[in-house]
Amino acid sequence: MIHIEKLSKSFGSLEVLKDIDLHINKGEVVVFIGPSGCGKSTFLRCMNYLETPTSGKVTVDGCELSDKDEVLNKARINIGMVFQRFNLFPHLTVLENITLGPIKLLKMEKDAAEAKAMKLLERVGLADKRDAYPKQLSGGQQQRVAIARSLAMNPKVMLFDEPTSALDPEMVGEVLDVMKGLAAEGMTMVIVTHQMEFAREVADRVLFIADKKICEEGTPEQIFDHPREARTQDFLSKIM
Amino acid sequence: MDFDFDLVARALPLLIAGAGITVKITVMSVALGIAIGLVAGVARVSRVKALQMLTACYVNFFRGTPLLVQIFIIYFLLPLITGQRMEPMVVAITACGINSGAYIAEIFRAGIQSIDAGQMEAGRSLGFSWLETMRYIIVPQAFKRVVPPLGNEFIALLKDSSLVSVIGFEELTRRGQLIIARTYASFEIWTCVALIYLAMTMLISQLVAYLERRYALDDTH
Repeated sequence: MIHIEKLSKSFGSLEVLKDIDLHINKGEVVVFIGPSGCGKSTFLRCMNYLETPTSGKVTVDGCELSDKDEVLNKARINIGMVFQRFNLFPHLTVLENITLGPIKLLKMEKDAAEAKAMKLLERVGLADKRDAYPKQLSGGQQQRVAIARSLAMNPKVMLFDEPTSALDPEMVGEVLDVMKGLAAEGMTMVIVTHQMEFAREVADRVLFIADKKICEEGTPEQIFDHPREARTQDFLSKIM
Repeated sequence: MDFDFDLVARALPLLIAGAGITVKITVMSVALGIAIGLVAGVARVSRVKALQMLTACYVNFFRGTPLLVQIFIIYFLLPLITGQRMEPMVVAITACGINSGAYIAEIFRAGIQSIDAGQMEAGRSLGFSWLETMRYIIVPQAFKRVVPPLGNEFIALLKDSSLVSVIGFEELTRRGQLIIARTYASFEIWTCVALIYLAMTMLISQLVAYLERRYALDDTH
């Protein structure tokens, strides 16, 4: 589903990622872990070209990304993205946040788009908030709306960039539950997170990213219980 | 010093009619200015270098030269372009509109740049183009934020519109001049003219304050 070849990314003279190869299969849930500033969010953002790689190839669902807008606008419809800071549209209601993309980009009728949005809202447990504005919602609720907004575009892949890092601790669970549901239904997901318990539970594969590359990868059991690399052991001993 | 109230009472209907014309050109100029300013403001934050340069030139020229001079230039230039004599009204609205467009472009630019970068990223990641994201997501939010500076621009333009009296256009100031030419009652008439301008600008201030409160309510949603 996602093929990455020789991806490198520099900000000016600072090299963040170097020659990374990665293949993610359909339905796979891949979790990135690693120390702050290791480039895991940058890596994720290269997968929909919110960051343009300095070199390398990114192919999602058979479409090779490039910095051409026509290519990107089409490709991004298939790639959902959930941000650390939600980034809901504050001037629109919850329902309008979710239906904007389907109506304008997928050319859905308003009624159909709203019916679909309501289904998604029910699924994330927020059907009663359809007419609320983002500011009236808690962080956890906003993030669940943001997930519904992404799902409304029928993405083939979902990218999650530290989706619970801006949340109060008591709201983390409700967002992770929605994500677990998605994973169980077979959505292809790439997740950057610091929630190690969640990673262990939901991931098919865990990637430890450090020193500009994928330092170690494996099943959650391999990474968390029997890390081979000293760098991984060191990181895990600090956070667990 | 005597203040001739009779004369003022007789002049007042004429002046108020002039004030109506002042309001008309101000409203139409601001409408033109908002249209130009919106396009130029968006162009200024675009990634297209040529557009950035072009709008920077436009903004710099019209902010950096006196409106009075711009009015003269347009007064003499428009007939050359169109090949026919222009209505003073058209000249007045064109000059004031293009001038205020330069200020409003900067207002919109600042408004757009004040919107969190995450909004653009969210729009783009859904599949919207840069321009679509501007249209559906960024500009509607920016618009609410620029209501107060737009109100100030409206007030400034209402006052500056007095400058079009130099091309003989009979708005409030010109009406005053004409009455004074007949009656020599300079003090009475200029006082009257000033008070009418003051009444209009205060009214606009109230309107802007109302809009601000309404949008502030929206924001607490």
